[in-house]
Amino acid sequence: MTVGIVPAVRVREVTRDYRRQRTSIFTPAPVVRALRGVSLDIAPGQRFGIVGESGCGKSTLLRIIAGLDQPTTGTVEIDGTDISRLPERRLGFLRERLQLVFQDPLGSLDPRMKVRDIVAEPLVSQGKRDNLPRVLELLEAVGLQPEAADRYPHQFSGGQRQRISIARALAPDPRILVADEPVSALDVSVRAQVLNLLDELVERLSLTLVFVSHDLSVIRHVCDSVAVMTRGEVVEVGATEQIYQDAEHAYTRALVAAAPRLRTALAGRTAADLAADTLAAKESR
Amino acid sequence: MSMPSGSVPSASQGSVIAPRDAPADRPADAPNITAPDDVLRVDGLHVRVGELELLSDVDLTVRRGERVGLIGESGSGKSLTALSIMGLLAESLVPSGSIAVTGQDGRHTQVVGAAESDLAALRGRDVTMIFQEPMTALNPTMRVGAQVAEVMRIHRTVPDRHTAAARAVELLDRVGLPDPAEAARAYPHQLSGGQRQRVVVAMALANDPALLICDEPTTALDVTVQALVLDLIVRGVEARNAGMLFITHDLAVVASVCERVLVMYGGRVVEAGDVQQVFTRPRHRYTRGLIGASDLDLTRDDGRLYTIQGSVPSAGRFPHGCVFRNRCIHATIECESLPRWEGTGPEDGFACWHPVRVHDSQGVDAS
Repeated sequence: MTVGIVPAVRVREVTRDYRRQRTSIFTPAPVVRALRGVSLDIAPGQRFGIVGESGCGKSTLLRIIAGLDQPTTGTVEIDGTDISRLPERRLGFLRERLQLVFQDPLGSLDPRMKVRDIVAEPLVSQGKRDNLPRVLELLEAVGLQPEAADRYPHQFSGGQRQRISIARALAPDPRILVADEPVSALDVSVRAQVLNLLDELVERLSLTLVFVSHDLSVIRHVCDSVAVMTRGEVVEVGATEQIYQDAEHAYTRALVAAAPRLRTALAGRTAADLAADTLAAKESR
Repeated sequence: MSMPSGSVPSASQGSVIAPRDAPADRPADAPNITAPDDVLRVDGLHVRVGELELLSDVDLTVRRGERVGLIGESGSGKSLTALSIMGLLAESLVPSGSIAVTGQDGRHTQVVGAAESDLAALRGRDVTMIFQEPMTALNPTMRVGAQVAEVMRIHRTVPDRHTAAARAVELLDRVGLPDPAEAARAYPHQLSGGQRQRVVVAMALANDPALLICDEPTTALDVTVQALVLDLIVRGVEARNAGMLFITHDLAVVASVCERVLVMYGGRVVEAGDVQQVFTRPRHRYTRGLIGASDLDLTRDDGRLYTIQGSVPSAGRFPHGCVFRNRCIHATIECESLPRWEGTGPEDGFACWHPVRVHDSQGVDAS
């Protein structure tokens, strides 16, 4: 590691095994290897993307980075502190420093709490009181009216709910923002609004962004670096543009080839071409 | 394009202002299909729930061998249109207007007001549908081979049980399931998402439908699987010379799959035309906004993406007049009255008081 700069996130040889249900009392329970030795460095201020398809282990990796799960082997350091074996009661510093935005805002917002209480909750859990001024400041930062504070999540549209999730994540003034498919459930027009908001906040607050998505074109717009995951392994890491233009790994090339794009489609690239290119890329070495 | 002359009824032009649902021009037994190639002809479709109008004056035609896209944000009425065509609307929703379907055998059916028994004969045979979520479209307690066979047995398109089972395995083979005989014995939960959607495609194509409706068929799939499933659907439809109505919010997918496209917003068709025309020279401000927001390669001077301001209102909260005017930066007082449909007919035109002019359609503006 280069001397001087402590990475915001440092992942070393992380594996995570899940035990499945036993199928027989005579044989040990089968084990699923969700992560097979993942190593990553994310520098402070970087916008780091993790791309991969469902089941590739990207969400497991994210949970481990966020201290919501522990690796089977390997270590995770956040700002130089090893969190991989810390008990929950000693993870308070991590909750202040690293916050999450999830894919489904309705599933991650308590339907029985008012927005003011949802956004204030991270502050309350840190023992801070009289949070209303801070809540209003956060709502303004994510582009919501102050009246939103006294309403419930179901009274908002999908994009607005995602804004509430972002406001909550920013409440403890974190340095690292981890977003797990934050725009996958949104319509295109709202997706653009939320991506712009994230872009602006990351810039204004100089956050480190870890952005997980299955969509390489979204990653390409948001992130400067990207790790490509498949089958529990990182197969390629590098500058986003480099990987998008000139991927080394066959799987990455398949991902790029498979994604339909408006411009190439209008230029005559049909679904049959997409399928043929995807298969060709997968088989190439 | 290849439209037979005289197939466009003059009533569909410029009649948007007054909702027309006079049943007089629509005898229930004589669907007004004029062109022999039409597999689907929707004329002045309205869907109401109580006082609330959810769909207004939707005109839509799909011909044999034609692939038509239906795009728009969630809440714009795309899926409701599909459910109306299938005759699957909830009882509280009241359709009016005309939905005429022509089956593979040339038999016409008027879906609006049809008896459930007629609809049952239509669904799964003449008109089939692929839904977004294959896990909920399949019966979890039935082997997938039996589910594919069931579609054929219900409609008696195969002579007996054994033929149906053999044909199901053949179909599963055609949709690219490895070891189809083995796959036919699997339950849905034993298959991956992509494999499940292939089974749904096999069911949808089993009776050689005249019209296939796809409602976001690949939205739940991984991108590499999506490419293969899209290819599969297109090849299946082409081989049967069937018509296809493809609903999605993903413009790039529509452009890869369809020839014509309709843009819906607020329960209305706001623009229609050839895919090239609509996506490269959009005329409605909403279409322009959608294209701008979808294009992640295109950014404003400050590096941010183009957006449409605000979000889709809930049903019944759309403004009167132009449904898009409360989100449109070009809206004026004129937009408080309903814009006329400008164009050559329901297949090519738009309804906007302040359309995008040709000279400013290079590069997308901030609307």
